[in-house]
Amino acid sequence: MLNRRQVVATLLRNRESLVVVSGLGSSTYDVAAAGDDDKNFYLWGAMGGAAMLGLGIAIAQPKVPVLVVTGDGEMLMGMGSFSTMALQNPPNLTIAVLDNGLFGETGGQATHTSGVTNLAKVARGCGVPEVHEIKTYADVAAFADKIHDPKKGLTVAIFKIGQDMPPRVMTSRSGPVLVDRTRRALGLPMS
Amino acid sequence: MPPANFEDKLEMSNRTKLQDAGLDWASDIFNVLTNQDVRQVTYVPDGGHARLITLVHQSGTMRAITLTTEEEGVALSAGAWIGGDRSVLLMQSSGVGNCVNMLSLIRVCKIPFLTIVAMRGEWGEVNEWQVPMGSATPAAFGLMDICVLRADSAFEVAGVIKAAAAMVFDGGTPTAVLLSQRLIGAKAF
Repeated sequence: MLNRRQVVATLLRNRESLVVVSGLGSSTYDVAAAGDDDKNFYLWGAMGGAAMLGLGIAIAQPKVPVLVVTGDGEMLMGMGSFSTMALQNPPNLTIAVLDNGLFGETGGQATHTSGVTNLAKVARGCGVPEVHEIKTYADVAAFADKIHDPKKGLTVAIFKIGQDMPPRVMTSRSGPVLVDRTRRALGLPMS
Repeated sequence: MPPANFEDKLEMSNRTKLQDAGLDWASDIFNVLTNQDVRQVTYVPDGGHARLITLVHQSGTMRAITLTTEEEGVALSAGAWIGGDRSVLLMQSSGVGNCVNMLSLIRVCKIPFLTIVAMRGEWGEVNEWQVPMGSATPAAFGLMDICVLRADSAFEVAGVIKAAAAMVFDGGTPTAVLLSQRLIGAKAF
């Protein structure tokens, strides 16, 4: 099993123009642990919305690579998002799902991916053109090198991670601060 | 059954037909959205939005984004704004309840959020299943502190949408416009 912090740190290394959206809970801590950045948009709620938030940015900024980092529980709540993003097919959007089969924030209850559901098959069935299941660090590194190309094609990657819970890393929770700093980093005026 | 007189026919027309008075109110909405430079139009369709959705698909400046459920459109509107695009969410009143928690994102992040809702479950509705959410629609927006405006007739649509767009994009107040079922016409079985 992969270590979640190591996966996210590898995905975010050598980042330049990459915009990152993190799903609530552990994914937000993982992205923060890899280093704060004005182009990180951390979610602290809005469960099920991370992928769609990334889709909105990706459509608005077609030359900018956009990465959504989220968990299996958050993705399960927005599973229709796979269909919606596949229909739009933005080449600059990547969804990385950290799949530990647990609702980590609420006591470690098993999610559907621990039992019967395969998110990679769901994404393929919804029409996402490129779907990977990643289980080795060599594949993590190879994948990380590709996400910065905004022409690479819509991609979903499911990372099979361990069930440990690393310490929380806090970030700003102010919505307007997070929105405005990412907008400014994209060269947009303040809200 | 007594023979249908003129008033019965008029009443039937009021209940089941478009109350457009010859006005193309869907084009009025499209023109306001164009003038406001709205780029991303997300929707779960409704018959009342059908003409507007067709216009959006034909537009050279707007991206039509079909959703599987309405709350996707709420999250998309936040992403669109962070990326620099104005957006609008089109849905039917029954979809408003699906959005309630996701509207937290709009409130907490102060996103300029505009939604246009085709009402069901009110004027002349013959499908009882549409009534509970239709009746609760203004209150559901109220729960999440989303401002609600309403258009009841074709001639006021342009003005109401224009006012809502100004509140959203110039003022930053998240706003829903309800298009009355009397305007759209009740669906007949």
